This record gives sequence, C-alpha cells and structure tokens, in this order.
Amino acid sequence: MSRVRDFHGKATRMLQRLFSFKGGVKPQTHKTPSVQEPIAIAPLPSRLYVPLHQSIGGAANPLVEVGERVRKGQVIGGADAWLSAAAHASTSGTVLAIEEHLAAHPSGLPTLSVVIEPDGRDEWVERTPLDHRSLPPEQVREALRDAGVVGLGGAVFPSHAKLTTAAGVAVEELVINGAECEPYMSCDDVLMRERAEEIVRGIAIFRDLLAARQVLIGIEDNKPEAVAAMQQAVEQVGEDYQVVAVPTRYPAGGAKQLIRVLTGKEVPASKRSTELGVQCFNVATVYSAYRALAFGEPVISRIVTLAGNLERPRNWEVRLGTPLRDLLALGRPKADTDRYLMGGPMMGFALPSLDAPVVKASNCIIAASPTMFAPSPPEMPCIRCGACAEVCPHELQPFELYWFSRARNFGKTQEYHLFDCIECGCCSYVCPSHIPLVQYFRFAKSEIWSREREKNGADAAKARFELRNAREEREQAEKAARLAKGAAARAAEKQARAVVAVEPATADSAADSAADSAVSVASPPLKPVDAPAPVAAIAPASPAPPEAPAPELDAEAIKKATIVAAMERARAQRAAVQPRNTDQLTVEQKRQLAAVDARRAALQAEELEEAAERGAARASVETPKQVEKQGRTAE
Amino acid sequence: MITALVVMALGAIVLGAALGYASIRFKVEGDPVVDKIDAILPQTQCGQCGYPGCKPYATAISAGEADINLCPPGGMDGVRKLADLLGREVKPLDAEEKPKQLAIIIEETCIGCTLCIQACPVDAIVGAAKQMHTVVESLCTGCELCVKPCPVECIEMRPITENLENWKWKYPVIEIKPVKRAA
Repeated sequence: MSRVRDFHGKATRMLQRLFSFKGGVKPQTHKTPSVQEPIAIAPLPSRLYVPLHQSIGGAANPLVEVGERVRKGQVIGGADAWLSAAAHASTSGTVLAIEEHLAAHPSGLPTLSVVIEPDGRDEWVERTPLDHRSLPPEQVREALRDAGVVGLGGAVFPSHAKLTTAAGVAVEELVINGAECEPYMSCDDVLMRERAEEIVRGIAIFRDLLAARQVLIGIEDNKPEAVAAMQQAVEQVGEDYQVVAVPTRYPAGGAKQLIRVLTGKEVPASKRSTELGVQCFNVATVYSAYRALAFGEPVISRIVTLAGNLERPRNWEVRLGTPLRDLLALGRPKADTDRYLMGGPMMGFALPSLDAPVVKASNCIIAASPTMFAPSPPEMPCIRCGACAEVCPHELQPFELYWFSRARNFGKTQEYHLFDCIECGCCSYVCPSHIPLVQYFRFAKSEIWSREREKNGADAAKARFELRNAREEREQAEKAARLAKGAAARAAEKQARAVVAVEPATADSAADSAADSAVSVASPPLKPVDAPAPVAAIAPASPAPPEAPAPELDAEAIKKATIVAAMERARAQRAAVQPRNTDQLTVEQKRQLAAVDARRAALQAEELEEAAERGAARASVETPKQVEKQGRTAE
Repeated sequence: MITALVVMALGAIVLGAALGYASIRFKVEGDPVVDKIDAILPQTQCGQCGYPGCKPYATAISAGEADINLCPPGGMDGVRKLADLLGREVKPLDAEEKPKQLAIIIEETCIGCTLCIQACPVDAIVGAAKQMHTVVESLCTGCELCVKPCPVECIEMRPITENLENWKWKYPVIEIKPVKRAA
C-alpha cells in the first residue's frame, strides 16, 4: 500500500511535465480479473503449428525437412530479406509436415506452417549468449533478426529494422512502451511486475544501439504495481531511466501518442519518429531482445492474456504455434461463449477458428458472449455530429473519410489522410449511429493497396513489353544489316566472275534477268542469303542459253533449284551447329549421353515397329468398313 | 476612328504573337489522351482486343477507330473508367469477364521448345532450348498468349486464388436478419 502511495506522489510530480494528445476515449478497462494470478507456463500441446510468416516483411524460408528432428530454439525459417525475421521451433520434436495451416488472421486463410510433434523432452539447441557491447552494431542487429525479435505489442515489425538512426539525427529519447491501453489486456502489466529487471537490462541493448540520450518508460497510471516494479528495477540495476506514469486514456499506448505524451514531439505523417530523434519499443519486445542476446534464447514463446468470458482469466507464457483451442481450454470458457477475439476489443478481430495457432502478434485472446459484447445495433445514417472527429487521436475527420470510403472515392480518402488512421477504433466506439467506421477505413486502405499493386504490376509489364519490342527491333535491324552485307559481297563476287568469263550476250542477259528476278523474289529479309548463291552457281553453269520459247519456265526452275539448295544448306548448317550446352563435356557425361541416345534409338525402333503393326491391324479391320461406306455413298 | 483601328490591330497582333509563341513553347509531344487511355488499360499486351498490344489499342480508341469495350482483362471496371475519361457511354464488355489468371507450365510435359518464350509479350517465361521452361509468377500478366503455341499443351491458365498477400478487407455489409412480426 505504501508503495502505491509513494507511486502517486511521484506520479503527480511527473505529470507536470507531461504533454497530452488530442481525443481518445476511456473505455472500461476490465484488466483486474486476469492479473490476480502470476504468469503461468502453458503446458506443451500435442502438436505445434509454427507459421513461417509471423512478422511484417518477407516470410521466412523453411530450413527444415519433413521428418527431421528439431530442438527447442532451432531456426526452422530463415529471415528472407532485411525486413524479415527468423522463425524457430518452440520445443524439441519431429517435423511432421510443412504445410498450409489456418493463420491467426481475420481472413481465415491458410499460411505456410511447420507442424511439429513435441517429444516432451524440451531439449534446447546450443545457446550462445552474446554481449552487445563487445559486438559491432551491425552484428547485434543481425543477431536480433535471426532470433526473431519483432514488436510484440501487436504490430510485429522486425525490431532490428527500427534500430538504425536516421541520417544526421541523433536519438534524443528512447521511449519504452508499457502503456498497454487496450481493455482486458494485461500481458505487459504482469511482465513488468514479474520480470522488470530483465526488461531494464534489455533496454540497455536498444539504448546503446541507438545511442539514445534519455530513456523514458511510459506506463499507464492504472498499473501502479508495474510502475513500482519498474522503478525498483531501474534503481537496482543503477540506470538513469525515467519511469513515467501516463494518464489512462485509450489509445495512450499507440507509439505516436505515447511519444507525444512523453516528449511533446508530434510525428508528422510523412516522417518516421527517428527523424525527430525518438524511437519507441514495447516492453515485451525489450524483454525478448534481452533473452535473445543475454541467454541466446530466440523468441519461441510470448505472454498471452486469456480474458473475457472465462472461468479462469489469467496470463500464460505460451509457446508460439500452440493451437488456440489448447490454450483456451486452460481458461475454461463459459458455456455462453460464442466467439473469440484476438487483440483487444478495440483493435482486435474475431478469430475465424480456434485451430489457428498462437503467433508473435497474439497478445490477448478474449472469449466473448452476447451479454458481454452486445451485438452491434444496426448501422444508422451519419448525422454529422462530429463526435468521431473529437475523439480521433490523429486529428482526422472520420466522418469525411467514412463518406468517401463508402462511396469508394479513394482519391478523396487519401486527400483526407486515410493512411494516418491507426485503426484505434475510438470513432466507432463513440459513433451514436453505430457505424463501423474502422471497417470502412480498412476496406478503403486494402482497396487502395491492391490497386497500387495492380498499377505497379501493369507499369512493370508495360516496361518489359517495351523493352522486348525494342530488343526485337534491334535484332531485326542487325539481321537485316548482316544480310545486306552478305548480299552485297556476293553480288560483287558475281560481277567479278561475270567480267572474267566473257560469254555470249544472250546468255549474259538471261543470267542477268534470272538474277534480277531471283533478287526481286528474295527481297523479304529472310530469303536473300539463300537466293543469289545458287543463281551464281547455276547461271554460269547453264551451257546453252535457253531459246526464246520458255524464259518463264526457266525462271521457275531456277527458283525451285534455289529453294532446294537453300534447304540443303540449312540442313548442313543445322548438322554443323552443335547445341551449345553439350560442347564441353567430360568423358563421363559423354558416356551417359551415348547411353541415353542408344536407349532412345531402341525405344524409337520399338515404337516404329509397334506403330507399323498397329497400322497393319487397323488397315485389316477398317477395310471392310470403308468398303461398306463407299458402297453406301455410291448408292 | 484610326486610333480605334490601330488599337484593335495592335491588340490582334500582340495576342496573335503570344498565342503563336505559346503554341511553340508549350507544344505537347505525342497525344496525351493516348497516354491516359494507356494508363487505364491493364498492360497485359494480350491482343484480345484485336490490336497488337495495349498502346496500339489506346491509339485506336483515341482515334475513334475502336470501341472501349474490347479489353477483357480490364473488365467492366476498365470500360467504366474509359467511358468516364472519354465521355462516352458505358457498354457491356464484348467478351466474357474472367478472373485474373496465371500461366503455369506443367514441368513434366515441357519439352523445351522455346515457343512460349517467343510468344510471351512481357518476358515472363524463362528457359533454354531443350531445357525445362517455367513462368515467373510475379511477372505473368495472364494474357494466355503462351497457351496456343505450346505443341504439347503443357501450359495451363489457373485463376489467382485469394491468399494472405492479396487478401482485402471486404466492404462492410449489414446483415439482413429476419424480423419476427408480433402476432
């Protein structure tokens, strides 16, 4: 009790230099039931479904095979790119499958997951603790990425990607977010109460990486125990962090709101907070980063609040991949529970099924009953009362956004800064017409994103198409130039020969006309290579000049000869040109090729024989029919 | 009288010169309408409209030679946008509207003839002679131009299914519930 009083004394002193954000609401918090008991370790389920994509950014690539034995903490999915995080086995066991399994996502769609059958031994992979002070920052970031450290407040943004400072801006304040403003949720609260020291030690990692001058730990003032525990831990570790109790008002735990309250800095839409010299991390993220570096334990579990319509609301430390059905059995849902929410009642979503697993984003599971959350009354027309604009913490005008989203006027929604909306749900909460405003905004956002994707795809396709056309044109031009050059060379050669062999005028003129006709025929770009050569070969060879009767016939004959010669040459060329990829083969490869060829030849011969037999058989069968048919047509 | 004439003539000369200068100085290269139309078209380059690509179709539309409802990949949505842009009337699409598709090469059957590579307008197929080919999924526009040339019919068009990457929040729909009438 004295601790609580002490805290209030400090809190009032600190409140004087706090700032405020506009708007916000004060819903009933409902946090007490789940904090009555300490964190408990959830038992091992019979199957674990660890999704490979548990963070913002690229999905992790599977690194294990079906049937492989994995140990606790072993990397089963490698980070795909810079903005991605690794996935790990939550216990030791056997990989049963790598398959699509239902995701903890409002869509109810599947995602690639690794199914692990635990062996019950819970055997750790070799852990190597690292000291972040003795390593270059780049390696620390990589270590965090490979340990799968992401924002555990619910946004699951890879933490290492937030640990780079903006160019030229030193980080003034590092904000540690323990506000936990969502009703029902208490996972951060109990974590701060029970594991404050580890959090405080973990903050040093982030502070050193960002070279932050000041550390501010923001906790809503409805969690006096957490504030006291954190203060004590800060003193014990001997750091100069400030634990600040912030007024309880939803959404004080939003990153931008907490930064505003603690530092007075307002992050503009187009900028990141690092550009203003502030960075913000959730307490659970700090805790997991500390475990990852100081103990070499990757993120394989998280604290999940089970709350709502349960016999036993409580916080559990749950292995990632545990099916929600197994987890909820621990809370014993009451009989009238009709649906489950993941995340809080303000920002969460209804789970499509309890087959979905616990993931890094699962901070709270709420069992809901019709009496607890009354079904939303029907949506009524907007009466332009402006209540939504008053509570919007980002100072947007939700009613305007609503009209434009509803009318699918997406350009206008962007003009009214739709993408600054953090979907906190304050507007829907206060709307007297019960309009699900956030749903409209989510719809508009995803529609805009999808159009953007399509547009980018179309632009890229167009660019490739144009490149391809340019390439084809260039190739054609090059070919034409090559052919023209060849033709000119041959023409010169022929002329030289004609000059040397002085022949009767008639023959000469005949050859000339023949050559002319051949050239005129060969004017399309493909033919001239073939055409003049045989003419040159044939014309001098023809001993007796053809008489008057058939000059046309002769021209035709020459053309035919030309074609035959061209085909002959093409065949010779084809025979001469070896496939490029078989040019330089080892003896072994050549032997293999020969074997394959022999097999193929044998097969072909067999097929030929079979075909011949079949043909013969068919002929014998069909003849009577054909005869019959012919007879009928004759009739 | 004379002053009035001189003033008017001078005005005409000055304005004419200004207009003449502007028409040279601010000359617009190409036809901006064609570019606008081209931006609406889906750039599949499939030729289903009867023109050898999206740009030629855009040119034909702007010249008034082609109708605006000939582009099946653009769908009714595209027709509506074109009608909006050009102030023409919306017409029903001159073909069946299909969901977006991707070409997939069945790798066991592919003989490596390179015919599909030559047919692909956007260079989305990779492979070499006598080697297996494959479609780069992210580059395929679903134009179907590779299907016909394949001598062994190993290319299939598969509709793009919904996944977590392309999933969208749906338009909020108010459920209609039967109301019990008081007896």
